[in-house]
Amino acid sequence: MTDQSNPPPKAPPRTVPVKSATFDDVTLSEIRRAAATGIYDIRGGGAKRHLPHFDDLLFLGASMSRYPLEGYREKCGTEVVIGARHAKNPIILKTPITIAGMSFGSLSAQAKEALGRGANAAGTSTTTGDGGMTPEEREHSNLLVYQLLPSRYGMNPDDLRKADAIEVVVGQGAKPGGGGMLLGQKISERVAKMRTLPEGIDQRSACRHPDWTGPDDLEIKIQELREITGWRVPIYIKVGASRPYYDVALAVKAGADAVVLDGMQGGTAATQNVFIEHVGIPTLAAIRPAVQALKDLGMHRTVQLIVSGGIRNGADVAKALALGADAVSIGTAALVALGDNDPVWEDEYRALGTTAGAYDDWHEGNDPAGITTQNPALAARLDPVAAGRRLANYLNVMTLELQTIARACGKSHVLNLEPEDLVALTVEAAAMAGVPLAGTSWIPGRPD
Amino acid sequence: MTTATMTNTGVLDLSALSLREANETLQAATEGAFTIVNPGGRHAIACGLEHPVSVTIEGHTGYYCAGMNKNADVTIRGNAGTGLAENIMSGTVRVTGDASQAAGATGHGGLVVIEGNASARCGISMKGVDIVVGGNVGHMSAFMAQAGNLVVLGDAGEDLGDSIYEARLFVRGTVARLGTDCVEKEMRPEHLAFLADILKRAGMDADPRDFRRYGSARTLYHFKIDNAGAY
Repeated sequence: MTDQSNPPPKAPPRTVPVKSATFDDVTLSEIRRAAATGIYDIRGGGAKRHLPHFDDLLFLGASMSRYPLEGYREKCGTEVVIGARHAKNPIILKTPITIAGMSFGSLSAQAKEALGRGANAAGTSTTTGDGGMTPEEREHSNLLVYQLLPSRYGMNPDDLRKADAIEVVVGQGAKPGGGGMLLGQKISERVAKMRTLPEGIDQRSACRHPDWTGPDDLEIKIQELREITGWRVPIYIKVGASRPYYDVALAVKAGADAVVLDGMQGGTAATQNVFIEHVGIPTLAAIRPAVQALKDLGMHRTVQLIVSGGIRNGADVAKALALGADAVSIGTAALVALGDNDPVWEDEYRALGTTAGAYDDWHEGNDPAGITTQNPALAARLDPVAAGRRLANYLNVMTLELQTIARACGKSHVLNLEPEDLVALTVEAAAMAGVPLAGTSWIPGRPD
Repeated sequence: MTTATMTNTGVLDLSALSLREANETLQAATEGAFTIVNPGGRHAIACGLEHPVSVTIEGHTGYYCAGMNKNADVTIRGNAGTGLAENIMSGTVRVTGDASQAAGATGHGGLVVIEGNASARCGISMKGVDIVVGGNVGHMSAFMAQAGNLVVLGDAGEDLGDSIYEARLFVRGTVARLGTDCVEKEMRPEHLAFLADILKRAGMDADPRDFRRYGSARTLYHFKIDNAGAY
């Protein structure tokens, strides 16, 4: 029988174990991984950290002071012309959502074909990547943008003349100022041949172009490209978002017909995680300075601005256009539409030590979905016709969403969206986008 | 471009014609011989040629002369600016004077002959082109050179062949410093035979036995953390 007057001693109350916000589980695991392997973490994709983004903006639909357009009845145009500044044959897009540059090599041939099929069905363009143009992607893309990259892998004048536009890649959002590395396991016989390199070795891509330095040189380089292609096709300049005002101004000075501006959420095939997460600025922060540069030069809507990095749905497209972009590009989202990171492959993702939605070791070539691989057995899993159909569906849905928002704002063309249609949910987004904090007339950093 | 033969032989005067007009004429011709006078250092002269025409440029040229050349034979009687014959695919481009930086950059094939000196980054990222330089080459020549041959009758500047892949480098004079992963290699009979042939094709009078060969040590072909100091 228990002596009620003398209860047994109880353990004193203890504080719940607290993990450090600074040294969280991810940080600790990365320290351990680095200590064990002696190499930095390389992965694909764009910035994964939380960043101010388009979700921090809202549209102000029409009401008493604005007149909306009738959905399904009144026309809301989506056609956009890219590159009429100098080119005889500018690109005409039925929807202002293009497919970003992704190489054969980083992607399987089936994935490249699927991108072309999907883009064709939606009336938009695809883009080559670091490694040149394959006959298959030319065949399956009605509008193909040919990238001129520092490595010049596969670059030749015949393909240059087959292109519908040329994109001089100065940088990309995932790694402004960085080159690239395609690890040996993805350098198949065909990839190696296209890049004039031995099979199976790590293939480095330079961060600077070999034959020009700075915008004055680039202006001359663009002149050469125009002379070789008879001034027929538009020439884009792609930059990673870091100093967008000056980069866009210098791109215009160099003679670009269009500027592609890629924020830090934009994906890469393979780059150091530290580069992806700590270099460059978010897409949201980059657009207004870029547009301001175009306006200051009297070139807004003359030199088109194509924005990429974290575009996921029609609302993101609408917000980019409202901030002054002429079109957007998607890469990661397009791969997801094809089947990347689909939970149907969960068992295999787990076998690779990851999970659907988190798989980003695209450089290793073991993609269960058969997209970021050169393994024939894995690549065969992707049906390019069906995957192309999924991409077309996705592009069409985004276009419908874009039109829905534009009509609600009373716009008969999606390019009529404007900053006045937007408010911000956070002070940060208000400052970056240059639109008022919702419910106020306050734009941080602007005089009243 | 039609497949019909378009022959032309004539003088293109760049003091009277626009660059576009001159290049259109050259690009449209499928055979023939042309002389360009008064080049005035203009950029992108005779670029993007596809057919076996012969072009002689009397004077100095600016950037990217004979860029992306295919099949044509282009001779510059003077000096050439940056990016001479960049990304050349085939044919021959010859400069009687000196060439500025990045001569023959990323070239896939053909022959580039620089009778004088070449500046920095000659043959950068070359992918199969043969380049013969009668004089010296500047620093970082053959940087990341993938394939092809760079033959230098004079001296080479610092960091020759830095991060080189499978290109072969032959230098008769001194090398100020080899770049990362570039090493001297044995000169075997096949290399001597190759040199004899290319020197003859380039019109250079030199003894192959006077050259030394350099190429990749291939230690950077797969990333190793112990090589971090080399990156």
